[in-house]
Amino acid sequence: MSITLEHVNYIYGADTSLSVKALNDICLEIPDGQFVGVIGHTGSGKSTLMQHLNGLLKASDGHIYFNGEDIYDKNFDMKKLRSKVGLVFQYPEHQLFEMDVFSDVCFGPKNLGLEKAEVERRAKEALEQVGLPEELYFQSPFELSGGQKRRAAIAGVLAMQPEVLILDEPTAGLDPKGRDEILEQIKKLQTGSGMTILLVSHSMEDVAEYVDRIIVMNKGSVLYDDEPKEVFSHYKELEEIGLAAPQVTYIVNALHEKGLPVSTDATTIAEAARDILQALKEREKC
Amino acid sequence: MLRDITLGQYYQAESIIHKLDPRVKLGGTLLFIVSLFFFENYLGYVISALFLALVIKLSKVPFKFMVRGMRSILMLLLITVVFNLFLTPGTPLVSLWKLTITVEGLNLALTMAIRLVLLIIGSSIMTLTTTPNNLTDGMEKMMRPLRVFKVPVHEVAMMMSIALRFIPILLEETDKIMKAQIARGADFESGNLINRAKAMVPLLVPLFISAFRRANDLAMAMEARCYRGGDGRTKMKPLVYRKRDYLAYAVIAVYLIVSITIGRIVWF
Repeated sequence: MSITLEHVNYIYGADTSLSVKALNDICLEIPDGQFVGVIGHTGSGKSTLMQHLNGLLKASDGHIYFNGEDIYDKNFDMKKLRSKVGLVFQYPEHQLFEMDVFSDVCFGPKNLGLEKAEVERRAKEALEQVGLPEELYFQSPFELSGGQKRRAAIAGVLAMQPEVLILDEPTAGLDPKGRDEILEQIKKLQTGSGMTILLVSHSMEDVAEYVDRIIVMNKGSVLYDDEPKEVFSHYKELEEIGLAAPQVTYIVNALHEKGLPVSTDATTIAEAARDILQALKEREKC
Repeated sequence: MLRDITLGQYYQAESIIHKLDPRVKLGGTLLFIVSLFFFENYLGYVISALFLALVIKLSKVPFKFMVRGMRSILMLLLITVVFNLFLTPGTPLVSLWKLTITVEGLNLALTMAIRLVLLIIGSSIMTLTTTPNNLTDGMEKMMRPLRVFKVPVHEVAMMMSIALRFIPILLEETDKIMKAQIARGADFESGNLINRAKAMVPLLVPLFISAFRRANDLAMAMEARCYRGGDGRTKMKPLVYRKRDYLAYAVIAVYLIVSITIGRIVWF
């Protein structure tokens, strides 16, 4: 049970003079239950790559296997793939259309051809998962606040009960509190239900705290694909392509250069604080 | 998907026709179209076609782009030809069952077809060599005298350029929303007509909302920059006639005189 990409290439506008190579020979393996951060600059191909994973875009070249089955096979059921791989687009609240939040969340499971009771059960569950207060269920989605709209839209995808959830910049345009809440809830989903999660972002800070693995995209290729601390150890190279490591990486590296024997592996503020305190204690002992 | 639709068929190239003032091209195209209705013999059309060939050559736009514009009127062309061919009374030429082709009918069908083809190619040269923005600029300036009659010329031109600017944005938006709904299991392609119309709701509602949101944002951005209509507004690149524009007017005048004189002389 996993997603495997083999030498995937994608070219926008293939037979026109304005063709752009958006993906360049991508090979990836995403095992079940992993929380993966996909990071890259605007135009690095991260969103394009994500749209391949549920078959919205078809690779110009290469193969994608979902649970061992080639998704470009003639007999492959694309609709089923889309129910298994949920994709939450950027600004998902822009796709809300129903009269009330609950019916909008029902849209996905209803399209799967489920029975009414099951559809409603799933919708309720999804709305609980994203932590939307119950009194909002039957309000118009257009009367909600920005953060609430986003949750409702994410619930719309969750209600299909996908095995893999892809979120394209789920925190764009939210305030820090809304951002943290959404990320916490996503993390809960992954630990609670064992869902595979791909989180697309251009902010290292956002993902560092939550993910098991980071894929860095640059100009349509995979630049790094490793654990967060390994990826952040390349912070100088990351800067060159217009990205940056979390601020704590800079602090621990600067301290290390000044002679404090601190570990440079920290990726979150809590870890860094612990490491620095430990290093200070050790120095005092000497 | 939807991204493949090309709009405003502007073809980028470096040519004298591209550089001409949009007013020259607008006026020239209009005069060219008018001239087509003055001819009484085929020689006039020959001159028109030659003139058109010269302009196409100068514009550096590949001929296949002109032909592409023809595809949309192919049906209209066929209907025109068939009706004129069979329904014009006059001297019978050939009789097929109940249908009769007359000499007058044949002549009329032929002139109509030639006129339509020249008309379409003529106007597509204008749209192929002028950016939509330039075109609305030109129209605004040409229609300026109408302000005397309280026609809101500037506002109409502004509305046109905004509408043109919004088409690609809305197309992109449609593509995005469509993909988002497909990811939620929506099906836009199968089912009967009623089901398909129903399937459009999840696409149209968000699209309308986004169009209104964008319109609102744009209005606010324009007001923030003190936009208050056309009065006293100056342009960064005002349209000014140059030598080549006057030359182009002269060429058009010569074409008009020559083609109409020859086109109206009855030739046996």
